[in-house]
Amino acid sequence: MSLILDHVNYVYGEDTALAVHALKDVNLVIPDGQFIGLIGHTGSGKSTLVQHLNGLIKPTSGAIYYNGEDIHEKDYDKKKLRSKVGLVFQYPEHQLFEIDVFKDVCFGPKNLGLSQKEAELRAYAALKQVGIEDEYFYQSPFDLSGGQKRRVAIAGVLAMKPEILVLDEPTAGLDPKGRDEILDQIAKLKEETGITVILVSHSMEDVAKYVERIIVMNHGSVLYDDAPKEVFRHYKELEQVGLAAPQVTYIMQALAKKGMPVDTSATTVEEAVQEILRKMPQKKILKEKA
Amino acid sequence: MIRDITLGQYYQADSVIHKLDPRVKLVATLCFIISLFVVDSWVGYVAAAVFLAVMIRLSKVPFRFMVKGMKAIVFILLITVVFNLFLTPGEPLVTVWKFTITEEGLRIAVMMAVRLSFLIVGSSLMTLTTTPNSLTDAMEKLMGPLKYLKVPVHEVAMMMSIALRFIPILLEETDKIMKAQIARGADFESGNLIKKAKAMVPLLVPLFISAFRRANDLAMAMEARCYRGGEHRTKMKPLRYHAADRVAYCVLLLYFAGCVAIRVWL
Amino acid sequence: MGIIKTDKLTFEYIRRDEEGNVEGITCAVDEVDLDIKQGDFIAILGHNGSGKSTLAKHINAILYPTEGTVWVDGMDTQEEKHLWDIRQEAGMVFQNPDNQIIGQVVEEDVGFGPENMGVPTKEIWERVEESLKAVGMYEYRKHSPNKLSGGQKQRVSIAGVIAMHPKCIILDEPTAMLDPNGRKEVIRAVRALNDVEGITVVLITHYMEEIIHADMVYVMDQGHIAMEGTPREIFSRVDELKELRLDVPQVTLLAHELRKKGVNLPEGILTIEEFVEQCLLF
Repeated sequence: MSLILDHVNYVYGEDTALAVHALKDVNLVIPDGQFIGLIGHTGSGKSTLVQHLNGLIKPTSGAIYYNGEDIHEKDYDKKKLRSKVGLVFQYPEHQLFEIDVFKDVCFGPKNLGLSQKEAELRAYAALKQVGIEDEYFYQSPFDLSGGQKRRVAIAGVLAMKPEILVLDEPTAGLDPKGRDEILDQIAKLKEETGITVILVSHSMEDVAKYVERIIVMNHGSVLYDDAPKEVFRHYKELEQVGLAAPQVTYIMQALAKKGMPVDTSATTVEEAVQEILRKMPQKKILKEKA
Repeated sequence: MIRDITLGQYYQADSVIHKLDPRVKLVATLCFIISLFVVDSWVGYVAAAVFLAVMIRLSKVPFRFMVKGMKAIVFILLITVVFNLFLTPGEPLVTVWKFTITEEGLRIAVMMAVRLSFLIVGSSLMTLTTTPNSLTDAMEKLMGPLKYLKVPVHEVAMMMSIALRFIPILLEETDKIMKAQIARGADFESGNLIKKAKAMVPLLVPLFISAFRRANDLAMAMEARCYRGGEHRTKMKPLRYHAADRVAYCVLLLYFAGCVAIRVWL
Repeated sequence: MGIIKTDKLTFEYIRRDEEGNVEGITCAVDEVDLDIKQGDFIAILGHNGSGKSTLAKHINAILYPTEGTVWVDGMDTQEEKHLWDIRQEAGMVFQNPDNQIIGQVVEEDVGFGPENMGVPTKEIWERVEESLKAVGMYEYRKHSPNKLSGGQKQRVSIAGVIAMHPKCIILDEPTAMLDPNGRKEVIRAVRALNDVEGITVVLITHYMEEIIHADMVYVMDQGHIAMEGTPREIFSRVDELKELRLDVPQVTLLAHELRKKGVNLPEGILTIEEFVEQCLLF
């Protein structure tokens, strides 16, 4: 059970003078249950890539296999694929349209041909999963706060019971607390359901804390595909392509350069705290404290 | 998907026609269209064809761009021709089963076809060589006198240019919302007409909301930049006639006088 | 009196339900006193819905106070006769780059403000050129705004404001919709305006790394000013910031966490260099 991209190429505006090679020979295997960060700056091809995952865009060449089946085979059920690979676009609150929150979340399951009852059950479960309380169910989605709207929109995709959840910039425009809340909620969802999550972002700092694998896109190709620690080792190369490792990486590197014998692979503030405490002369700390 | 509309879009080139004042081109297009209805003889159409051909040549726009514009109206053209061909009473020419083609019918059909295609090519020549922006400028300036009749000329022109600026943005947005709803299992393609219309709701509601939000933001941004209608306003790119424009007006006058002369004397 | 001064500025609006009945009154800005010196770089922080954007719109006379007064360069914003002078002197840049560009060509958009002010044609061209150069967008003057990146669009918007020769410029979350590169571009342009041209800047944001160089920081919450001080003073109050739904740069947080564990680092560390220097003292 997995999603495989095999030598995928995509060219926008083929046969015209303005042709753009948006994806170049992308090969990826996305197994069940991984938490993945997909990183790249604007125009790196990451948005084009995620639209390939549920068949919204057909590759110019190459193939995509979901559970061993080519998704662009003639009689492949695309609708079913889209329910299995749930794609949440950037600013998903812009797709809300129903008169109340609950109806909006029912839209997806009903499109799948489920009964009203089943759709409602799924909508209820999905809204709970994103932390929307009952009191909001019958409010107009347009009266909610920005963060709540986004949760409802994510629930709209979750209600289709996807096996892979792809979120394009789920924290864009939110304030720091709102950002942490959404990311924590997604991490919790991942924990509870074992769903595969692909988090698209341009911020390493946001994803470093959560994901187990980072795919870095640049100019339409995969630049790195590895565990966060390994990817951040290339912090200098990342900078050259307009990205940056988390600030913690730079701090650890700077400390090491100035002679403190720290392990520079820490990717989060917590890890850095532990590492620095380990390497600091303990007596001095205590003495200073006294 | 929807972005492939190319009918009469501006074609960048460095030509005499491109450089003309947009007012000249607007007036010329109007005159040309009128002239097509003034002349009613073959000599007249030849004159119009020559005039058009010379202008196209001068504009340096490849001929296939003109033809592209024609594609959109082929259907209307065919209907017009067929109706005129079979339904005009007069001297029978050929009879096929119940349908009769008359001499008058043939004449009118060909004439209508020529008129319509000249009209389309003529007006697309204007849009191909003039940016939408300068076209609105020209309209504002030409309609200027209407201000005294309390017609909000400046405001209308401003609305047009804002609309032009936001069309590509809204098209992109439509595309995005459509994809987002397809990702939620929406189906915009299958079903009968009623089902299709119903399927548009998840697209149209978000699109309207977004358009209103944008309009609101834009109004605020314009006010913040001291916009207060047409009064007290100066122009960064005021329209000024140059020598070439005067020559163009003379050529136009000659052509139009010629058309009238053909009508009267031939 | 500074370039911008507010005295007990309060803004309330009435919430109505679907039938138009009054549901209640929301106080978006609550007795805010500000006094901003000419040439300063001021940052206003706050979570979404804290009232910071509402406050900003008062400085440009888009909104008027329910109670209290706002003066821009000594002019009361509620006096009708000053309206256009205030909008010229206090320029404003908004969040969404697409929704504030009016022109279909970059240079025409920058000329929009001066056109509205009735500046003579020749001078408009001079102003457009100098403003586009100031934000590093001169080579794009003939481009369509639709083809630019988010950061470039925002720089065009900033140029559009500078072309009006304002004394201060208010930026209402100009980077919220941009990627990290775009954000850096815009902040660099804004800092240059402040340093080189001496234009007073009021930057509204929730990205903490953007305010490190500010002269003064105000943190808003529920319509009032919850904290004020220099960036260092503000950043030394990590726990309070967290309560206000904000965060601090990772380096500041790291120092703070180490302090909690007993390491005697100073509070309010802002840069990596400072942090390394302090660590090596041990």
